[in-house]
Amino acid sequence: MLRSMALVFFASIVGSFGAVFLKMGAAKLSKSIWSFVNSHLILGVGLYLASSVIYAMGVRGGQLSVLYPLVSLGYIFTLVWSKIFFNEPITRYKVTGLCLILVGVFLVGVGASR
Amino acid sequence: MSTIPANPPSPSTTTAARQRAAIVVASCTILGAVAQLLIKVGMSPAHFDPTGKGLVELAMVLATDIPLVAGYACYGLFTIAMVLALREGELSKLFPIIALTYVWVTLFSYWLLKDTPNWYKNAGIAVIVLGVAILGQGGEGK
Repeated sequence: MLRSMALVFFASIVGSFGAVFLKMGAAKLSKSIWSFVNSHLILGVGLYLASSVIYAMGVRGGQLSVLYPLVSLGYIFTLVWSKIFFNEPITRYKVTGLCLILVGVFLVGVGASR
Repeated sequence: MSTIPANPPSPSTTTAARQRAAIVVASCTILGAVAQLLIKVGMSPAHFDPTGKGLVELAMVLATDIPLVAGYACYGLFTIAMVLALREGELSKLFPIIALTYVWVTLFSYWLLKDTPNWYKNAGIAVIVLGVAILGQGGEGK
């Protein structure tokens, strides 16, 4: 179960990087269809695919009702990368939301061992 | 003067369009949860056993794993529908609806996968949904 949880958690980190590169790639889009073929977009899609493969390996073992909620931990990384790469502000709402997500995942984790 | 809205809504964000986006996103969350369930079933040891298989054989097995393929197809549809809906509605208003996916996945897991239900999991999901909903409100310098 711990291995599965670690895999899903790792998948959510990889996915959060995917989102960063997709956003960088999306900024380069123009009316030309060829603008879709840019390194950032391709890397973003690749990271998303990698994330989904790792996730699938993770959900193989263990209960989905425990593993799926771990995906929400990806928001934490997305928030940090958004600050680092796009200088998006970390607001009180975001911090409150993140803390609640952590509490929620902790509760689900406790529920896993019951 | 206060009766005059500071920003008159653009045609793309009319009430009807926003409601439509909300309904599409809500339906999407069920599709998204079904996708998770199918991926889980497709990857389960009963459906997929990678031991002693070469890379090509492994790819063949995965490509013919019906629940897994159906799961990823649902996930693809979910993503496309979500992107289209998000163009019409405000992201912060749709975030709480998107978070419903966590509720459906948990309920489906209890019901169809016979996961053990308990109040820790239920409370955890409720708190996560609340967290995601609040997180989604933080976009405008709040």
